[in-house]
Amino acid sequence: MKQTNAVDPKLCKRIHPVNRTIETILAATGIITIGVTIAIVFILGEESIIFFKHVSLRQFFTTFEWQPHIEKFGIWPLLNATITTSLFGMLVALPIGFFTAVFLAEYASNTIKRKIKPVLEILAGIPTVVFGYFALNFITPFLQLVFGKAVSVYNTASAGIAIGILLVPLVASLIEEALSAVPRHLREAAYAVGATKLEVTLGIVVPSALSGIIATILLALSRAFGETMIVAIAAGAGPAFTLNPFKSAETMTGHMARIAGGDLPYDSIDYQSLFAIALFLFFITFFLNLLGRSISKRYMEHYE
Amino acid sequence: MNETTAPSVVNQNTSLILEIPDPVLRFKNTSIWYGANEAVKSVSMGIKNHAITAIIGPSGCGKSTLLRSINRMNDLIPDCHVTGNIYYHDNDIYDKNLDPVLLRRHIGMVFQKPNPFAKSIYQNIAWGAKINGYKGNLDQLVEESLRQAALWDEVKDKLHKSAFALSGGQQQRLCIARAIALKPDILLLDEPTSALDPISTAKIESLLEELKKFFTIIIVTHNMQQAGRISDYTAFMLTGDLVEYNETKKIFFNPTDERTESYISGRFG
Repeated sequence: MKQTNAVDPKLCKRIHPVNRTIETILAATGIITIGVTIAIVFILGEESIIFFKHVSLRQFFTTFEWQPHIEKFGIWPLLNATITTSLFGMLVALPIGFFTAVFLAEYASNTIKRKIKPVLEILAGIPTVVFGYFALNFITPFLQLVFGKAVSVYNTASAGIAIGILLVPLVASLIEEALSAVPRHLREAAYAVGATKLEVTLGIVVPSALSGIIATILLALSRAFGETMIVAIAAGAGPAFTLNPFKSAETMTGHMARIAGGDLPYDSIDYQSLFAIALFLFFITFFLNLLGRSISKRYMEHYE
Repeated sequence: MNETTAPSVVNQNTSLILEIPDPVLRFKNTSIWYGANEAVKSVSMGIKNHAITAIIGPSGCGKSTLLRSINRMNDLIPDCHVTGNIYYHDNDIYDKNLDPVLLRRHIGMVFQKPNPFAKSIYQNIAWGAKINGYKGNLDQLVEESLRQAALWDEVKDKLHKSAFALSGGQQQRLCIARAIALKPDILLLDEPTSALDPISTAKIESLLEELKKFFTIIIVTHNMQQAGRISDYTAFMLTGDLVEYNETKKIFFNPTDERTESYISGRFG
């Protein structure tokens, strides 16, 4: 046979202009996403550095008053309100979302599933501003009815409950996915040793889906931390450090929304403080995401 | 399947079906349906106590379906229903007052693919006992079950490690240990070695020989040699019909039905 470097034309590499173009577009969109993230962190960091030249980290993290006009920059009132609203949100979203998910994944017939899922999707499609007014005009009066005059018109509990309702579809659908992903043969194994449906669900299916459930909880938590519109409308305007969830208090996001909407001069310390808050919030959600990833990896079970 | 070797006998010939006196389990005109499709067609046979009964036949013959009807595992499949009767001692398994959860404590099952729980080796055995209200010494039960399943020596130092860390063959023996920990009457095995290597398969086969002292074993297998090696009785099924049922030697060395002979001699399947 003749030695030659030429490849038989039937086997020769072809040029795929369409494939190449699409590959380039796909790569470009990926790069854009990463680029935007880096740009955001960069801008947050840049302004925050200026802020922290004026305000010490120590003051930022250890004092309990946030009054920019008198140069008091303690993050705690804002952080505390954020934690309170998020906590109420989780208290509502986790049990309701979890039980909805268990019902959908394990108990509901296909007919019922087909009826409930669209309702959840509608709930997920409601704009958050609607939830804000729902909190103000429905949840707050309801709380006042139950707990009396102790409940202020603007309060963190009401906003938190609305966040919880907002998160129910997210929590329910993600946990349902995690439960449905548990392979059938594990359920069969449990039934075969004489387990009831409840024992199979709580003893085998839920523990097997633990990684997905934990990831969902952390995702919901970081979503609750970042929720802005509901708290801006219903939690109150004005930073206040209070452990009473029936009192008005401003969250980090609510404060940023309110201040940024005003006529804040650029390069003022107030303006830069917003970036410092945003950077801090970014670190919190970033940390939650990292935690979620590592926990879900640790609990991840590999099925053959 | 080779059509020419299968004569057109459709009706089940009762002379081909061995009578088992005083059976622990008895099928009486049992038909199993997936919707309108009859997967098992009017099977009648008895299962001998403390023996190994093998159900053989080509893929899709209904042998797994028949096995899974015994502990009502088919209840989990929508559209699946059973007509006729299956008696466990004198109880009709499909009686509407019979609780399948309690039935499964008497009739254990091992599946085709090893399916340990996402728990430790110890918990894989202890969980079933606990939900069944076992009041004795769990450590002892775990050890005893693992010894009986010939797995103890391999896992005694890692009882609290995840069951997924075991090899496929070890996982399958763990599943057997899990099933026998409940001290069932009958042990159902649905192609238990089809996903295993030959050495693991040999271990499980010799294990089953031991276990028949304590349990009645019914094994579905795609592997005829396996049925020939370990079973006392063999049932041959074809397209939902029970073709022939007899002592294993008889089925393998002197089958009555032509279709059984063709299948045994490897002419189809």
